[in-house]
Amino acid sequence: MTGTAIPWIAAGVGVSVAVASAPATLPVTASVSLVLPLLASAIALATPLLLAALGELVTERAGVLNIGMEGLVLTGAFAGMLGCHASGSPLVGMVAACAAAAAVGALFALWVVVLDADQVVAGAAVNLLALGMTGVAYRSFFGMTGAALTVATFAPLRIGPDLPVLAPLRQPAPVYVALALVPIVWLLLFRTRFGLRLRAAGEAPDAAESLGVHVGALRWAAILVGALLAGAAGGYLALAYSNTFVEGMSAGRGFIALAIVVFGRWRPLGVLAGALVFGVANALQFQLQAAGIIVPYHLLLMLPYVLTLVVLALASRASAAPAALGQRRSSNAASD
Amino acid sequence: MIPQPPDSTAPPGVDAESAAISWVRAAAPAVAAIAALTVSAAVVFAAGGNPAVALGALASGAVGDRFALVDTLVKACPLVLTGLAVALAFRSGVWNIGAEGQLLVGALAATAVGEASGTLPSPLPLLLALAAGALAGALWAAIPAALLVARNVSEVIGTIMLNFVAVRLVGWAVHGPLLESGARYPQSDPLLPAALLPLVAGRLHAGVPIAAALALVVWAVLFHTAIGFRWRALGQNPRAARAAGFSPARTLVSAMLASGGLAGLAGAVEVLGVTGRLFEQFSGGQGYTAIAVALLARLHPLGVAVAALFFGALAAGSGSMQRAAGVSAVLVAIVQAATILALLALESPRLALTHRAPAPANGKTT
Repeated sequence: MTGTAIPWIAAGVGVSVAVASAPATLPVTASVSLVLPLLASAIALATPLLLAALGELVTERAGVLNIGMEGLVLTGAFAGMLGCHASGSPLVGMVAACAAAAAVGALFALWVVVLDADQVVAGAAVNLLALGMTGVAYRSFFGMTGAALTVATFAPLRIGPDLPVLAPLRQPAPVYVALALVPIVWLLLFRTRFGLRLRAAGEAPDAAESLGVHVGALRWAAILVGALLAGAAGGYLALAYSNTFVEGMSAGRGFIALAIVVFGRWRPLGVLAGALVFGVANALQFQLQAAGIIVPYHLLLMLPYVLTLVVLALASRASAAPAALGQRRSSNAASD
Repeated sequence: MIPQPPDSTAPPGVDAESAAISWVRAAAPAVAAIAALTVSAAVVFAAGGNPAVALGALASGAVGDRFALVDTLVKACPLVLTGLAVALAFRSGVWNIGAEGQLLVGALAATAVGEASGTLPSPLPLLLALAAGALAGALWAAIPAALLVARNVSEVIGTIMLNFVAVRLVGWAVHGPLLESGARYPQSDPLLPAALLPLVAGRLHAGVPIAAALALVVWAVLFHTAIGFRWRALGQNPRAARAAGFSPARTLVSAMLASGGLAGLAGAVEVLGVTGRLFEQFSGGQGYTAIAVALLARLHPLGVAVAALFFGALAAGSGSMQRAAGVSAVLVAIVQAATILALLALESPRLALTHRAPAPANGKTT
């Protein structure tokens, strides 16, 4: 079994378990009426995970582990809401989301690239910083009650004739942008000079540097692109998935993105598969709840995380991770 | 890897530069804490609040009277234990980001055992519940340790994933097997008094002196026992550890077991000393705050006690700050983040404030 096949098999198992378990407990007609909403909901839930995971993929390919993605998603959600609230335009909100997350990403890059600080610790600080900043800013803008504020959102696209079967395709534009980013990120990483250099910075930074590759500049670029995508994930949450901001609304999605990248073996298509598995698992939980079916949904919610660990454990020991992932430059130089 | 602890010896040849370096190194935690409070005051100002009022309310809520002081100690208690857990793991070169999950399963196990054994003779339910919490935390940490050693799965990912699993596990337990008799809220029944930690003074429970004593124990183990030496050696250089004749894998697993046990005990102490029952959203992120605690302590067990007091005081004072100055209590997260970032900057090899610039790579043998 090749390493790249594992996520696909796991994805297949995850989706079939999800689809199979609905009819098992329901009459056939009810299950048909559940599958389409399930699919629509799964795509909607997978999109922010896909965006954040693609961002983390680019970052990690350059050798930087950013566990601060959670904070960047949260920053994006807040800035997106704020931008849309101020301008009335979800598009402006989305730009604000990306810009704000990139600004916080620049702070992370300043620490891990320029100061050569430990990536895990700096990432943890970014998460705390975003949690605090968005919380304080939200309360100061919108009052201590933190009353929910609704903003304009991206409308679902009207695709094809008005058939129920096409309903899962009627998603807001950012969903399609996220899907289009899968081949774009693949092209960027594997078919451009920039991508080659970026991956070299992640596999063998010292060797790459000696060949004239500017590792620091590439890592800056990778972190900023990753932060931009995390911001888009947050913007999507506030401006397409819901129409408001809630404190802590990233709800662990930035951490799940880390798992999806490992799950997807550091490849864009694998990341897409991983995002869909998590999307289906989450959607299934909501659908079962909505249908009033009593299942231990907490246990169901556990599945994606457990599945990730099982997949990682089964994957070949020769890791697909970039060789220099998470390492500090100076500790490389200092080790014998 | 990790910020170099103060006892890691500088190269021989003490000179003026070394003296300046050790001075900066000693002052770094205080500088970082002051920088963090300054940043927070600026944030309060930017958010339209009055920094003096906010910080004054924060201080009086933390140390203003006897009640506030007790609150600070009670809030510091789980941070001492989780901070020790993180410091021990980081010292050993293992990235245990999972103190949060280990705390949660510790609280879960302590609740389950405390309820099951509540009618036994008096010290037994408490001791069993504390032991169950520590054991559950250790076993929870053993999973990512085993995955790392046997299958080369990054412990950063492993521990983070298990944090989420632990949150769901607690959610399932309080909706299912541990749901209270009346089934009104998703929470467990209150524990019987025999399972609870005795109160020392007011709300001050016996877990606080236990945590303080454990800081001493961890210090003694880390610096005065063979296993402690192995943990530190592993953290400094895994290859040297192997060359010194002990198994890095076994050392790593034992470090994670000890770390998870401490975090699990933190959860048990919170249930048995503060809340008296388990509920959803049980942890207020003490497992993540622990990272800031451990770093501010420069990974030193005795420093952890001091750093936990600092963050415990912030947690205790943040409520009155929110009431008095209209600034969200979540400001505390900014203080934590700014403390970590300031320390990372002070320790940066590029700035070479607290240690010598890294040796040029021409001495490499490989």
